[in-house]
Amino acid sequence: MSAPIPPDGGIFQVRVQAEPFDAAVESARLSTGRTDVGAVVTFTGLCRADAGAAPLTALVLEHYPGMAEEEMARLLAEARSRWPLQGAVIVHRHGRIVPGEPIVLVATASAHRGAAFAAAEFLMDWLKTNAPFWKKEERAAGDRGAPSAGGWVAAKSADDDAAARWTAPDDAR
Amino acid sequence: MRILYFAWLRERVGVAEESLDPPDTVVSVADLARWLAGRDEAHAAAFADPKVVRAALDRRHVKPDTPLDGAREVAFFPPMTGG
Repeated sequence: MSAPIPPDGGIFQVRVQAEPFDAAVESARLSTGRTDVGAVVTFTGLCRADAGAAPLTALVLEHYPGMAEEEMARLLAEARSRWPLQGAVIVHRHGRIVPGEPIVLVATASAHRGAAFAAAEFLMDWLKTNAPFWKKEERAAGDRGAPSAGGWVAAKSADDDAAARWTAPDDAR
Repeated sequence: MRILYFAWLRERVGVAEESLDPPDTVVSVADLARWLAGRDEAHAAAFADPKVVRAALDRRHVKPDTPLDGAREVAFFPPMTGG
């Protein structure tokens, strides 16, 4: 499911999907056929394995269909209001994701690197605290190996701190 | 009113969604959470710790004191862990 944002000379898109994505293809789309783009920053978040008695076998991502796309579009609009972006794509997967697979992609394009770097970091920081997705851990020794309730990953205060650096979107959380 | 639950709130309540008509005394999001918590043990378990329950009205994040104000869809969920 995707929620395209009215373009003004560039690709601005958010997508929520179960399928894996190709980060190279997504970021190439932002500069293909144009000569005014000076910087493309691509961030890919991956499912990371961990060691221990009950190693992680997968993350299962639940999301709020409809709101997830709308919230990602609102974050993208906020980024566009802060930096002169020439294009941006956010892709977030849901469902079962095994270690090594990609979970989330943020790609930003701008004339200069400063805006592209800053907007990409801003989008990731706010995605983590505002986009309605929840991770549940699946572990080798059963699905109850995680420290939090029933395998659900607990929100990290470090993520709140990271998001707060940019000041809250609407103080709504 | 359509009420949605996600992640461990959904698991504790036992359903992903329900349609309910709260009484007129339920004005804010926090009122609704308290009213739901009083319905049965499953709801009480889901809303046991209000500090870790977030809410959205018609797909927008809101604070607990926000008036329901005719919202058609209310969602309750834990702090988000995507990204």
